[in-house]
Amino acid sequence: MTRADAFGYLLAFVARLITGAQGHWKGSRPKAEQRIYFANHQSHFDWVLIWAALPHELRATTRPIAARDYWTASPFKHWITREVFHAVYVNRQRTDDQDPLEPLAEALRHGDSLVIFPEGTRSHKEEPQPFKSGLYHLAMQFPQVQLIPAWIHNVQRVMPKGEVVPVPILCTVTFGAPLMRIDGEDKRDFLERARAAVLAQRPQPA
Amino acid sequence: MGTLRALSVDEQVAFLFVTVFGVLLLSSFGWVLLSLRDMADASARRHERFGRDLRAVWVGAVLFWLAWMSGAIGAALLFGIVAFLALREFITLMHTRRADHRGLLLAFFVVLPLQFVFAGGRWFDLFTVFIPVYVFLAIPVVSALAGDPGRFLERNAKIQWGIMVCVYGLSHAPALLLLEFPGYEGRGAFLLFFLVVVAASAQLAQEGASRRLRARPAARQIDRSFSAQAWALGVAVAALVGAALYWATPFKPLQAFVLALLTAAAGTLGALVMRALKRDAGVLAWGGASALTGAVGLLDRVAPLAFAAPIFFHLTRWYFRV
Repeated sequence: MTRADAFGYLLAFVARLITGAQGHWKGSRPKAEQRIYFANHQSHFDWVLIWAALPHELRATTRPIAARDYWTASPFKHWITREVFHAVYVNRQRTDDQDPLEPLAEALRHGDSLVIFPEGTRSHKEEPQPFKSGLYHLAMQFPQVQLIPAWIHNVQRVMPKGEVVPVPILCTVTFGAPLMRIDGEDKRDFLERARAAVLAQRPQPA
Repeated sequence: MGTLRALSVDEQVAFLFVTVFGVLLLSSFGWVLLSLRDMADASARRHERFGRDLRAVWVGAVLFWLAWMSGAIGAALLFGIVAFLALREFITLMHTRRADHRGLLLAFFVVLPLQFVFAGGRWFDLFTVFIPVYVFLAIPVVSALAGDPGRFLERNAKIQWGIMVCVYGLSHAPALLLLEFPGYEGRGAFLLFFLVVVAASAQLAQEGASRRLRARPAARQIDRSFSAQAWALGVAVAALVGAALYWATPFKPLQAFVLALLTAAAGTLGALVMRALKRDAGVLAWGGASALTGAVGLLDRVAPLAFAAPIFFHLTRWYFRV
């Protein structure tokens, strides 16, 4: 076992101790198929939670997106995103000659699964903000990849904005049925449907 | 039973654990045999529920044994973990706000470990007042400094309550294991065993009685099955069970009877309080398949113990001056 593996186990254990990190698979099973998971985004903890909720054998091939300027700034940040999470780095500054989605497409061509937060930024409202168009472009470009909506529940209580130490509160990640692609659907409708699919996974009070 | 009393401490403790695990093995064996049979839907569900309860008892018994084997530090650590998981479940179901963050950190990462350190170190004078006196002030101070006056009393009451039940209540389990009676050294396991058996038999007898009696519920809105008659019957059965266990404890038969009576009353009433709390939080059970948040139902299992243990502990210490 390498150091990165050991650190990954430790991190997953801590995430489970603090939040339970329970994955509820309703409508899809945790399988080693190529997938794009897309979820609501409320805290820095979201990625770790989805990652810890996945079965161990899926973790190595399911990759997050990381902003290159921030996550390569210090040796530790670079190490953890590269070695432990196998992150896909993207540039936040858009340059004219480069498609910002190119690193993601590269990872998908390589056969990996991705986790993306299509809101683009963390939101603190009850409902997610409108989705950015990246999900649409990837979905069209890779029609064979399953699109799995996920709702992360309770995590904003674990670590509110501005706090650094998490409070132990149980969280769940609910994974829904794959989002179908409809021929001829335009971008706006697709993104609205994707957002509704994420929202539909929110647990209802009994 | 006199012969049992004449055995050496180690023999008695060994006898205790052999009995507990023997009974468990037999029940599990019977359960497996029964699952081979075809069953109607209703009885299959009951069978499955019994299986879940049995598993919980197994976990509890193994925990009890491990805590006993591993001495003061191990016992405090093990029950500390249980308290941590129970408090996590409790706080999940309460609606905390952003300004509670520091107070919750204090509860989880300072109060909880300290309380179990006090238990493990046998500093019982500090142990019994630490949470009701010192933490009682510390939590609202931290909360006030967070600067959010909205629902201030309610928020702090929730946190203090959670700490009282999950941390204070459960920390008495290792404390009982470590309580030293003069002339009764090394037998703390029996005190905890006595407490658990009494609390559990009160609960079981009460449930059985309420199913047979069909008496008028005392508080229909909170619990349809809780009636005065069933409760009295449950407590009486538990008191008799306690008296029959006197040989394992430092008590005389009558003392054991009275202590068991009070403990059983506290445990069953504590369970009623917990049910009222669940209604308030809008859940029917703390855990299970329908749980919103994936809570595992630990609170349901430990609630009677969490209320009965401090009372049992205090009565024992006060009456016997240990």
